[in-house]
Amino acid sequence: MSARTLVTGIGVAAPSGLGVEDFWAATRIGKNAIGPVTRFDASSYPSRLAGEIHGFEPGEHLPGRLVPQTDRVTQLALVATDCAFEDAGLAPGDLHPCDMGVVTAAGSGGFEFGENELRKLWREGPKHVSAYQSFAWFYAVNTGQIAVRNDLRGPTGVLVGDQAGGLDALAQARRRLRKGSRLIATGGFDASVCSLGWAAHLAGGHMSTSHEPERAYLPFDEAASGYVPGEGGALIILEDEESAAARGARNVYAEFAGYGATLDPRPGSGREPGLRRAVETALADAGCHPAEVDVVFADGAGVPRLDREEAEAITAVFGPLGVPVTAPKTTTGRIGAGAAPVDVVSAVLAMREGLIPPTTNVEPSPAYDIDLVAVRPRTASVRTALVLARGRGGFNSAVVLRALD
Amino acid sequence: MVARRVVITGIGVLAPGGIGVREFWELLSSGRTATREITHFDASPFRSRVAAEADFLPELHGLTDREIRRMDRAAQFGVVAAREAVADSGLDLAGLDPYRTGVSIGTGVGAVSSLDKAYRAASDHGRLAAVDHTRAPGDLYDHFVPGSFATEVAWAVGAEGPATVVSTGCTSGIDSVAHAVDLIREGSADVMVTGATDAPITPLTLACFDAIKATTSLNDDPQRASRPFDATRRGFVLGEGAAVFVLEELESARRRGATVYAEVAGYASRSSAFHMTGLRPDGRELAEAITVALDEAHLNPSDLDYVNAHGSGTRQNDAHETAAYKLALGPYAHRTPVSSVKSMIGHSLGSVGSIEIAASVLAMRHHVVPPTANLRTRDPQCDLDYVPLVAREHRTDAVLTVGSGFGGFQSAMVLARPDRSTA
Repeated sequence: MSARTLVTGIGVAAPSGLGVEDFWAATRIGKNAIGPVTRFDASSYPSRLAGEIHGFEPGEHLPGRLVPQTDRVTQLALVATDCAFEDAGLAPGDLHPCDMGVVTAAGSGGFEFGENELRKLWREGPKHVSAYQSFAWFYAVNTGQIAVRNDLRGPTGVLVGDQAGGLDALAQARRRLRKGSRLIATGGFDASVCSLGWAAHLAGGHMSTSHEPERAYLPFDEAASGYVPGEGGALIILEDEESAAARGARNVYAEFAGYGATLDPRPGSGREPGLRRAVETALADAGCHPAEVDVVFADGAGVPRLDREEAEAITAVFGPLGVPVTAPKTTTGRIGAGAAPVDVVSAVLAMREGLIPPTTNVEPSPAYDIDLVAVRPRTASVRTALVLARGRGGFNSAVVLRALD
Repeated sequence: MVARRVVITGIGVLAPGGIGVREFWELLSSGRTATREITHFDASPFRSRVAAEADFLPELHGLTDREIRRMDRAAQFGVVAAREAVADSGLDLAGLDPYRTGVSIGTGVGAVSSLDKAYRAASDHGRLAAVDHTRAPGDLYDHFVPGSFATEVAWAVGAEGPATVVSTGCTSGIDSVAHAVDLIREGSADVMVTGATDAPITPLTLACFDAIKATTSLNDDPQRASRPFDATRRGFVLGEGAAVFVLEELESARRRGATVYAEVAGYASRSSAFHMTGLRPDGRELAEAITVALDEAHLNPSDLDYVNAHGSGTRQNDAHETAAYKLALGPYAHRTPVSSVKSMIGHSLGSVGSIEIAASVLAMRHHVVPPTANLRTRDPQCDLDYVPLVAREHRTDAVLTVGSGFGGFQSAMVLARPDRSTA
């Protein structure tokens, strides 16, 4: 049980790149991938920008029969999973199907699929609703489809906690490994660039109404005015250390070393938000002193009140300007359940290259005592990274990743 | 280090045919059914027009107007059941460190009824191709991402520890409680408020199950429409409701003199990794989940007094499940009473697993096994002791409850008296 949990494979589907190589090439220099919405006609809405994945043809990656059965979010999840297994170098027969499981986070499920079926239901009547609606929209669809496609017959899981769910899934994957599984495919995905999804983001009240792609999502900037939604996510292969060694895993990126989670108190309670406590719990779980942390991947809400809460929690733990902080999701927008797993990918690649990717477009506000890596990347030895994620409704999660010697 | 043992010390149930634990148990032990013609909306255009509906007026259960406006029906169920569970536990949560109390709430389809209503309002009943966001409700984001269900329960009970929604389709109600058990065992929380809620009786849900003929076509006899394990079964009957529990560590529960209903002694989940709606007929993955859950509980198949079945009443499921019991339990599959309460309260998708945990725990409390209602015609593929029609007095100290769902999810949980002798 004391064996460590290792990251041995990564796959990513993000607006900044489909596949790890393209993704990191864009992320390491902070190349913006936010642009005008193209997946539906957004001209009637006050917000018209998104982080979309362009040029993704599901039929090029997946069997033809799967395409009409699945929402875009599942197609992206399946492709990222294929990449992650390839990266992990797992050959068929290396592990028994029952020793491998899957735990993913979801936000809104196969939402575009669901909206299309609602449209058919109310325009044309119940007999026109697709049989695939019975499994294409619900939150468990990605875990189920990943298990079927990759013959993973071990433990399963699906967690929903808005952005924070993406880290909660990784923590649940580690629990499955500690209970005896050898490999868990984990991560999170979201895609809701559709008309009803847009109405939901607008109702949330934190969406940016800027029409300038480089000025719309600016966490920790005085000009912060909300967020831009993105789509995609990342799939992380977590493996038990002994099992990874036994099969000769070729890529060992990092140790998943610590985790902590809290929920903010009810609004109006006057009590401190829970983020600091989540960070402290994760550090203690990793047996890690704050001084050992080389970079914090911030949640970066882009909403002044939430940016302040996050900056204060970081300062409370690390001291003023005590640790480099970055939010590379400024290139992609906020990807819901997919955001934090994408940050985990960035974190392990930052370790590998010795480079902290920048928070693109942002001019740090002097109001926050954090050392934000803005505009340009920073060369640095990254041995320990802290990834933060916060979700609407008060979810706070923190994960510590540590390089292996 | 001795693993922390986790026990149930509070129960809240909101189910068709009865709100609150007492009414719920009265229904189950009487063998009456709560299935009826759908009244929530005009179901005449649908193939399946029967469901088990809860008669729930939120105003009568302590919810304010603002809470009623803000929350989806399923979230309301969850909060009401959570309050009953906390009151039942006798715990003063306000006197505990809020960071040490967590929440884990299961749901299969989240706020589907609110999403449907929002779509109709914002699209002018489908007439607008792109929805008009100015006509959408202000709380739409919280329906869009049902993490809000965990937040609402946490706010209701004052929890600030780890909180999440677990959404593994039809096994959510077992998996969410298992997640809560993990958090207490590993020391991430001391108390967990956990369970599941769903309110899936909506036109969209009905339509998609119509399309694959998963729901019953027995519209002419609504009270006898849910027929698990019966040769004349024609599919499941949708239900709705919630069950929520207070979980804590055994020793601290004993120290404070709490009523200990049961220990959550074992659990496992497996994927059949076969098909999103189809099952391998041999039941191998479900059988493995059962075996692993029994091992974790240090119990043998012979120690089980009752199997609380998934028993959805589809042709495929009931045969699959019976095969899995034979694989996992050997001769004890035939010697142990098995029953499906879905015959009485329908199938509420993600919440039914928690409602069935409540039924299992109450069976232990009363030493009464609830029946499988409507089981009158023998199916040669289903040849176990399904406790037909009438509840049975039966010494019940250890129960297996299982779930199986779309996406290949298979879950098994073992509940037992903490002072049992172990294998």
